[in-house]
Amino acid sequence: MSNLRLIARLDIKGSNLIKGVQLEGLRVMGDPNEFALRYYHQGADELIFMDIVASLYGRNNLSKIIKKVTNNIFIPITVGGGIRSIDDATEILRSGADKVAINTAAVLNPNLISNISQKFGNQCVVLSIEAKKINQNSWQVYTHSGRERTDLNVVDWAVQGVSKGAGEILVTSVDREGTRKGFDVELVKAISSVVRVPIIASGGMGKPEDLLTVVQDGGADAIAMADILHYKHSDINTIRNFAEQVGLGVRHHESPISHNH
Amino acid sequence: MNLPSVTIIDYGVGNLLSIQRAFEHLGATVQVSSDPKVILKSKRIVLPGVGAFPNAIKALRKLNLIPAIHEAASNRKSILGLCLGMQLLFDESNEFETSSGLGLIPGKVIPIPATDSFTNPRKVPHIGWNSLAPSENHKSWQGTLLSRNKPGESVYFLHSYMVLPTNQHHRLAETSYGGDKVVAAVAKDNIIGFQFHPEKSGTVGLRILDTFIREAK
Repeated sequence: MSNLRLIARLDIKGSNLIKGVQLEGLRVMGDPNEFALRYYHQGADELIFMDIVASLYGRNNLSKIIKKVTNNIFIPITVGGGIRSIDDATEILRSGADKVAINTAAVLNPNLISNISQKFGNQCVVLSIEAKKINQNSWQVYTHSGRERTDLNVVDWAVQGVSKGAGEILVTSVDREGTRKGFDVELVKAISSVVRVPIIASGGMGKPEDLLTVVQDGGADAIAMADILHYKHSDINTIRNFAEQVGLGVRHHESPISHNH
Repeated sequence: MNLPSVTIIDYGVGNLLSIQRAFEHLGATVQVSSDPKVILKSKRIVLPGVGAFPNAIKALRKLNLIPAIHEAASNRKSILGLCLGMQLLFDESNEFETSSGLGLIPGKVIPIPATDSFTNPRKVPHIGWNSLAPSENHKSWQGTLLSRNKPGESVYFLHSYMVLPTNQHHRLAETSYGGDKVVAAVAKDNIIGFQFHPEKSGTVGLRILDTFIREAK
């Protein structure tokens, strides 16, 4: 319906870009600003920043990083991790983010979704779901970066989140995250077949070809990529060209060269 | 040469920093203000907006900014509304409740229909990069803020509501979403509005903002 969005996902711990496998075994990759700039120049359609330990320590330090990044990056930015209140969301949005992603705090208090949505509009609220497969066609919601198990069923929670005012769903397969084994297509499909908001699929992209099934069969509107980009197994241009070759609509990217005054 | 100047209206809800950064990147001096006196003195005024319509209009009213915006409009200052800021330029919206807008461009704001004309479901919000096309009444963008842009260029949309201008001539550009036309840009003399986010639309969006600070009087 819309162009497929190619999103670079940057997981942050403290002031560093980090990457793990199944959200564990975190390895420091470097300065998030440098990676973000690289993906902007490659033609990323959006960036997602996640402070993946924020909910563990009850802190939120992404706004400083975002303020720096938005100095010279002019594409949409979603920020998540440790957003627990309208005030947290306000601060993140005023730092240059366009959307806030909430997971743990929304599970603890689902009304947070409606509160933020009423103030900033539902287009601003991304429900971030960490999902672990428990058996065939059933997934459970996890919080605190895949550490805490909840009683929530992923599909039920997605429906509830949208009815509370989430305008988009970011679904991360904890099982696939960082494994390069491809997306959990069934998971994405289970969600996209019951909600009418855009879905961002995250976790498992190992090669450009992996995007095909998650979009065509899974119904993803966007894919979030980390490992494949951070470790330079591929780049956004290559992935965009692949998407175009297989007939998926993508935006035509104009390289951000310096502007003539 | 004097740097071009822009005043961004701060009424507490918008994502001002990104807009400020984009204009600064283009070499403008930017003032962010919620003072009606400052706004009245400005040559170019940007009305940003992320949020819900009723909240935004209440915030503008509370800060006593509405008379200043009207006066600036009748003094032929360039006023640029972005996203919700564009929707606020219209007569009324029914987001959550019916509320009146600034009334600078005739028309109203309605939800993006959840189904298309063939009753196929359509995803709302409209999120993503979508291409600009000239509207029926503006085959050419010459002399407008889109004069340096080409049809087909993609910009970033993030919205659940859309505008319906009463006068078709005020539609400057459109995009197609789920088989239907959605107004992407409006213009009525010195009043301009973009449904998309030029400050988040990479090089294409920066070029539009650059035209605003160089050409808009």
